[in-house]
Amino acid sequence: MTRFSALSLFTKAFGGHQNWPEQWPDAAPKPAYDAIIVGGGGHGLGAAYYLAKKYGINNVAVLEKGWIGGGNTGRNTTIIRSNYLYDESAHLYDHAVKLWDGLSQELNYNIMYSKRGVMMLAHNVHDVQSLQRHINANRLNGVDNEWLTPEQAKAYCPPLNISPDARHPVLGAALQRRGGTARHDSVAWGYARAAAAMGVDIIQNCAVTGIRRGANGAVEGVETTRGYIASKRVGVSAAGNTSVVMQMAGLDFPLESYPLQALVSEPIKPTFPCVVMSNTVHAYMSQSDKGELVIGAGTDQYVSYSQRGALHIVEHTLAAICEIFPIYRRMRMLRTWGGIVDVTPDRSPILGKTPVKGLYVNCGWGTGGFKATPGAGDLLAYTMAKDEPHSINAPFNLDRFRNGRFIDEAAAAAVAH
Amino acid sequence: MILIHCPYCDEKRPEIEFANAGQAHIARPLDPAGQSDADWEAYLFIRANPRGRHHERWRHVHGCGRFFNAVRDTVTDKFETTYKAGEPRR
Amino acid sequence: MSGFRLETGGRIDRSQPVTFSFDGKAYQGFAGDTLASALLANGVMLFGRSFKYHRPRGLVAAGSEEPNALISVHRGPGRFTPNLRATGVEIHNGLKAFSQNRWPSLAMDFGAINDRLGMFFPAGFYNKTFMWPRSFWDRVYEPAIRKMAGLGDAPTAEDPDVYASTYAHCDLLIIGAGPAGIDAALGAMDSNKRIVLIDEQDELGGGALADPALWPWLERSVKALTEATNVTILTRTTAFGFYHDNFIGAVQRLTDHLPNVTDTPREKLWRIRAGEVVLAQGAIERPLVFDGNDTPGVMLSSAARVFANRYGVAVGKALTLMASHDSGWHDVFALAKAGVGISAIIDVRKSVDSALLHAAERLGIKVYLNHGVVGVNGRHNVSSVEICDYSDQRVHRINCDALLMAGGWTPSVHLWSHSKGSLKWRDDLGAYVPDVPNENVRCIGGCFGDWDFGTGAVIDVLPTPKDQSRIKAFVDYQNDVTAKDIKLAVREGFRSIEHIKRYTTNGMATDQGKTSNLNGLQIASSALNKPVPDIGLTSFRPPYTPQTFGALAGHAKGALFQPTRTTNIDSWAQAHGAVFELVAQWRRARYFPKAGEDMHAAVNRECVAVRSSVGIFDASTLGKIEVVGPDAAEFLNRMYTNPWKALEPGRCRYGLLLKEDGFITDDGVSARLAPDRFHLTTTTGGAARVLNMMEDYLQTEWPDLDVWLTSTTEQYAVIALQGPNARKVLEPLVEGIDLSAEAFPHMAIREGTICGIETRLFRVSFTGELGFEINVPTAYGRFIWERLMAQGAQYDITAYGTEAMHVLRAEKGFIIVGQDTDGTVTPFDAGLDWAVGKKKPDFVGKRSMARPDIVAPGRKQLVGLLTDDPNVVLEEGAQIVAYPNQPIPMTMIGHVTSSYWSETLGRSIAMALVAGGHDMMGDTLYIPMPGKTHTAKVSGTVFYDLEGARLHV
Repeated sequence: MTRFSALSLFTKAFGGHQNWPEQWPDAAPKPAYDAIIVGGGGHGLGAAYYLAKKYGINNVAVLEKGWIGGGNTGRNTTIIRSNYLYDESAHLYDHAVKLWDGLSQELNYNIMYSKRGVMMLAHNVHDVQSLQRHINANRLNGVDNEWLTPEQAKAYCPPLNISPDARHPVLGAALQRRGGTARHDSVAWGYARAAAAMGVDIIQNCAVTGIRRGANGAVEGVETTRGYIASKRVGVSAAGNTSVVMQMAGLDFPLESYPLQALVSEPIKPTFPCVVMSNTVHAYMSQSDKGELVIGAGTDQYVSYSQRGALHIVEHTLAAICEIFPIYRRMRMLRTWGGIVDVTPDRSPILGKTPVKGLYVNCGWGTGGFKATPGAGDLLAYTMAKDEPHSINAPFNLDRFRNGRFIDEAAAAAVAH
Repeated sequence: MILIHCPYCDEKRPEIEFANAGQAHIARPLDPAGQSDADWEAYLFIRANPRGRHHERWRHVHGCGRFFNAVRDTVTDKFETTYKAGEPRR
Repeated sequence: MSGFRLETGGRIDRSQPVTFSFDGKAYQGFAGDTLASALLANGVMLFGRSFKYHRPRGLVAAGSEEPNALISVHRGPGRFTPNLRATGVEIHNGLKAFSQNRWPSLAMDFGAINDRLGMFFPAGFYNKTFMWPRSFWDRVYEPAIRKMAGLGDAPTAEDPDVYASTYAHCDLLIIGAGPAGIDAALGAMDSNKRIVLIDEQDELGGGALADPALWPWLERSVKALTEATNVTILTRTTAFGFYHDNFIGAVQRLTDHLPNVTDTPREKLWRIRAGEVVLAQGAIERPLVFDGNDTPGVMLSSAARVFANRYGVAVGKALTLMASHDSGWHDVFALAKAGVGISAIIDVRKSVDSALLHAAERLGIKVYLNHGVVGVNGRHNVSSVEICDYSDQRVHRINCDALLMAGGWTPSVHLWSHSKGSLKWRDDLGAYVPDVPNENVRCIGGCFGDWDFGTGAVIDVLPTPKDQSRIKAFVDYQNDVTAKDIKLAVREGFRSIEHIKRYTTNGMATDQGKTSNLNGLQIASSALNKPVPDIGLTSFRPPYTPQTFGALAGHAKGALFQPTRTTNIDSWAQAHGAVFELVAQWRRARYFPKAGEDMHAAVNRECVAVRSSVGIFDASTLGKIEVVGPDAAEFLNRMYTNPWKALEPGRCRYGLLLKEDGFITDDGVSARLAPDRFHLTTTTGGAARVLNMMEDYLQTEWPDLDVWLTSTTEQYAVIALQGPNARKVLEPLVEGIDLSAEAFPHMAIREGTICGIETRLFRVSFTGELGFEINVPTAYGRFIWERLMAQGAQYDITAYGTEAMHVLRAEKGFIIVGQDTDGTVTPFDAGLDWAVGKKKPDFVGKRSMARPDIVAPGRKQLVGLLTDDPNVVLEEGAQIVAYPNQPIPMTMIGHVTSSYWSETLGRSIAMALVAGGHDMMGDTLYIPMPGKTHTAKVSGTVFYDLEGARLHV
């Protein structure tokens, strides 16, 4: 692996940048691997990287049906935060945030983790109670999150409208300063490059078409569009397509896949310093390093794999953005895109073993998977290497839907009375 | 915005008149108490989530208010048919 | 300075001069000019600076594909718009336009240092550096990178303009009013179809506007279409997105071209549902890729023709054409005819149609076949070009002040792709064309690859004898992506076009790759030595061109963003100084402060009034459902946790509703009016959800039950009259109901009249006091309220708000679903075992309560908390621990759900969900807050009148 640095960039410049090697080789599948990861998104590539780096399993293949990072990794709004309410979630996401910090250096690939702060707005008394509960729980869990008055929120994010006459006035905000954004594509590429340097095969345009199981029911390998590949350890990290892959192993999952849209504005000079989220008004936004306002929209209401969202979702999202940030009403929407998000009954992920021996799963991240990328990769790798979950992901098992031990962050923030 | 044919109104109307109500033909067990935890889990949470032909329920919530079933391709989002609740699976 | 206004020609109105400014300098143009044509006519060639290298840039195109000439327009306070294409801005008197991304001025920009250092900033450079020392990233590098962001300035004030939106339906929607679109409209005009014809420009005609020979036809056609009653013409309207089932989004620009600011809508969103869609969006000419192809004065040949023929502007005095396609030759011939000087035609091809050669000869234009431009001289405008004879690699110079590029054509398949129609590659065009439709849509004309421009050669980069790694041949002008950036991406292993796009940012600028995508594909194809279709095509997604947030948000702004529901009594509360809070979609009075009172004082007074005399509360927001039918009781018995069949008519019951997962979702007191009629109440926020849930079970699980559900939330105003004097206030006003404790006990309902208005009168209490809830038809709500206020004056009747209501109910341990429960709480957790019918074999949620984790010990259970210091009011949401001296992360065993100062009890009270809390009565728990850890003892949740004596007076 050619080391990336200002110096290498400088010296290569005098060679007309002709001497940069491939960041990762375009591998062809070998007949067998010690471990296979299905899904070449950030999570799957991360899992392959940590399998090689931390658990000494280098003979690994990542199978991607399209091109790596082409699913939700490249289709999200890149928000990173860990200010979750329940202990299980806070530990899970904070594990990821700790890995984000320093990831550029570890991978020798600048993934541009920007700790610009994530601010969540409270618009009514119920929101205030809910965010205070989060802040208190986070504090005792060692996760930073602090309460801001409307004036403090405006000082942190000047475009915010804090007029008490607004339809949904801002009553305060919770700020996680370590929260922020990262460059999504770079995360996939950085993991791919670092994993490949340790012997991992990154195999693109290779769709899994079947999962082969032995007489004892355990996994023996996968059928793919590029032939059969043997492995006794298969980790599925296929986001919206998880149900389809799991059915190949005869497993029905508690998942549904929905279209999720996001959009960006034309680039403008720096105007928006942080990430702001409002659950009540249904809007979240940040500004990319290129200057685009990056805006998350909602999901459509029906199951779909079409990556084609509806206009009324975008209309509502922009109305919400203009309501909270009225100075942007004249800005223009440049590009929209759609992802497929897999959602579990409690909107928390499933990360662990499955009833099939040798088959592991990482799915159900819904709209929030990007922030977990390094953590999910690390924990999937751990679970595959040890054939048992890490204590952090143990609660995120499949059994909870049978037993009733939900980790329901959304219900905890539910609006009623 | 997709167009949906309500089998009760017998009209194609825009999606914003309707609410999706999840996978169709999952009947509530007649004897819930007699269900194993696994069976009850399957009833509550396990979903087909198919890539392709999908049976789902809609409610014409801003119309006649009725629940009905539909067959839709989840890759193209195109409806194959819609039919009244209680009619056999198509 | 080389552009100039031609003596004649164009569609501008030379009798109407227009004065405008650019970067503070005044210029004159004519009505009908765009900012681009008017500035060109004034000799301005430098329009902007590129994103990354800050290179000087001029116009490339004449239409919405323009990548370079982005400007800002100021129209007074709040009316600042960045990143507009000069080619799409119609000038008007007083227009103030400004260049962008430069400092201190457009001609001298310090950012251009980036251009000198460009060799160190290839594609993806940021992935490779800024990592050491690590602490510099947060403090130095990242802030510096962020400062470099963006093109235009950010708006700083709220936009005072308004935006409109509408729905439209038609049989035939034609998008694009060039010759193909107009022909399609004319052809369908005589049917009885409702036709909508859309074009993004200010007049119909498209390409015909640059072809004077077609103007007579155009005038006749536009007249016929305008007169046809079944044709709706929308100009200045961009169809930006093609959505499911022939649903098209379009934005019409209504006022930006007008000289005076008006209060009419600036833009209008059209949502059009069409029976059939015809896409006639034409094609976009491709630039050629060679060293220096971004110098101001290098532009598309079709654009030069548009400027000359439509706007009467020559882009220079001596034009040279660099062509790989016949169309450029035709453009040049047309330009020569319009009086523009042509210095040479260069074509990369070895041979071309002899008719073209003859025509050039007749016009005296020198022709260089098998030649290519390999260098452009001039920084702020072309002064000459270097051309290479490919037969002997010799280079010589041609003087010119503009260089036209004719690299072939790219069909505009954007909307076709939005509709998920498939594409097929045509080698002869070097382009994708529509193949199989996915909706009822067809493409005609240029966007189908159907044109009469002649033929051409498809090339990626013009051959050059120079060192390819040393030249700057641009593919994406705005994002400064060069051919070598794309080759670098390929070299570094990025093989899919999506990867190449993301790595280089090719096609991701505000023009969304209209002029760069295909060239990028060709270059990648050559670099990978694979045919283009094997590399793929980046998918087109809405919008076709950038669209205003405000237009998409429409009227959903301020109060109209989401309607605020108010009760009939709200106006009284407003008039009496209520402070309001928002609850779900409703606005509710939170408290009624008297002069000098803060919330605390007002709430204390309101609570004491209820406990000591009588209070009045607007409870109209409660959800209400009328449940009617022979099986009504059976239905409720299946829905709610408790038994309903034995409830006598005239009696009420508290109902607890679970979701099928066993967790509490709603509650409320409901009354049986008759054997077959119930009046249900729900929480304020839960009304719609509960009705939907009940309809679901009724229609799909138990269709055999004969029951009808009707929402009556808006039919009744509800007034709660609570306190020991409640009966005395009510009695004189009510007829037909015996209010005595014996005749009308707690948890009963009676029908009669109040002040002559029919009422459903509940004897219920959410305060623990003697209480009534008076349901009257909504329109009488305030009338009855005021009568009660008048009647109650002798008892000092006090209006109270939601905050006092919360305190009063908390003193009695009544829960609020959504505050004391959070979607993970079972009836047992909440201490509501008594509301669960033990003998019922089934109800919604029952089976789930038998799941292993729901019956396991240690679940969080609702308890009371009494702080050791009675003056400490715990924070709602505060976390609870069993041991205070733990390191972080602490083991939290619960949290405070409700917490208030109780004036009645003279101390604070709280409720909390605590793991195993029901078995902890009297235990001390700890609430660590910043700076102080509070202590509290676990108690029951009823703090006042434990035996409930006050209810039954």
